[in-house]
Amino acid sequence: MVKNTLNVGRISEGFVLDHVEAGKSMEIYKYLHLDKLDCCVAIIKNAKSSKMGKKDIIKIECPIDVVDLDILGFIDHNITVNIIQNEEIVDKKRLTLPKKIRNVIRCKNPRCITSIEQGLEHVFVLTDEENEIYRCKYCEEKYSGNQ
Amino acid sequence: MRHLMSPLDFSTEELDELLTLAQDIEAHPDKYAHACDGKKLATLFYEPSTRTRLSHEAAMLNLGGSIMGFSTADSSSASKGESVSDTIRTISCYADICAMRHPKEGAPMVACQHSSIPVINAGDGGHQHPTQTLTDLLTILNVKGRLNHMTIGLCGDLKFGRTVHSLIHALVRYEGIRFVLISPEELRLPDYIRHDVLDRNNIPYEEVVRLEEAMPNLDILYMTRVQKERFFNEEDYVRMKDFYILNKKKMKLAPDDMYVLHPLPRVNEISVEVDNDPRAAYFKQVQCGVYVRMALILTLLDIHVD
Repeated sequence: MVKNTLNVGRISEGFVLDHVEAGKSMEIYKYLHLDKLDCCVAIIKNAKSSKMGKKDIIKIECPIDVVDLDILGFIDHNITVNIIQNEEIVDKKRLTLPKKIRNVIRCKNPRCITSIEQGLEHVFVLTDEENEIYRCKYCEEKYSGNQ
Repeated sequence: MRHLMSPLDFSTEELDELLTLAQDIEAHPDKYAHACDGKKLATLFYEPSTRTRLSHEAAMLNLGGSIMGFSTADSSSASKGESVSDTIRTISCYADICAMRHPKEGAPMVACQHSSIPVINAGDGGHQHPTQTLTDLLTILNVKGRLNHMTIGLCGDLKFGRTVHSLIHALVRYEGIRFVLISPEELRLPDYIRHDVLDRNNIPYEEVVRLEEAMPNLDILYMTRVQKERFFNEEDYVRMKDFYILNKKKMKLAPDDMYVLHPLPRVNEISVEVDNDPRAAYFKQVQCGVYVRMALILTLLDIHVD
């Protein structure tokens, strides 16, 4: 029987992203561009969670100023971001919706200039915080998810 | 340096100044005949639009300036695959101001990010058409003497009609505005305008299907064309294009001081028999378009005439 008791060691400096929805960790790995970082990253899938049943955890060992975590607020408010220094949790980052999202999601409007202009950043702007609505900076098309 | 991307780029105070300037130009054209001597306007039209292009060009010529540009993407370096950002960097070296029409939404915004001259959005896909809005506002001001406390009927293609979207954005900033949205179910105003602009600003509006129902209560009737190019198939276009035709009979239902506007070109949504009605303001609107674009060019170039 599998016990789900895999252990991954402590990190000395970096982040531990806890309470990630089970199965979402690779998506976050991609959104945070962790593949481009020359640092140690551990992805733990389907860890036991009393709160969630199953969850993912991502541990990133890196200087704390090299990863922009703002995008996590857009992906999932419920992720717990622990900031680690000297192997201790020194802070927990509160996630809020970022005002702008650059090159993370793409505009799906086929009439948008982003569909043809080379090298143009895909920028979405938070236009309605209450309803969590983002719109393309160029054509104002609403981001509708599942992209 | 200022650009014009959306009608909201100007505050209502700035808009008042611009419209007052346009009215002064209309009253004293000679005073402004050399205001732009030595200045050049580039009209970058990636899709054909005779009226909008010629209106910008007429405006610059009336101010004593000169014009250059292209009227289709085929006759520009876009056909060789040049990006908007590269084109505008190049044009910035030739001209003092430019007006851009592009089928892709947001293209003029890309241009203004890379431009060293003022960029006027002369229409970007189904998104914005701010100079048409300025034209509409000047026309309403001229025929009604005010921009507030009015019921505006918007009729036809409210889904894809960018002139309608831009006009709504501009008018909601004035007190006492209410809208009657007259369209077939398929061409209703998109949610993002209805909810984000009308509801959020507590603007009263009603949606009706029949033009006759709305006529008696309007101060302004803004007609639009059902544009063939906005449809993905011919069948839908043919089915809807004749839904809303304004004729003499329907005009009889309207008050004596209700004026009819249309961004033109019309196909058959306004019968020619309406043209001689004193309430038909759509050709006055064309003339207003030149005056307001003259005022816009002067404003963006920061040229003042005493």
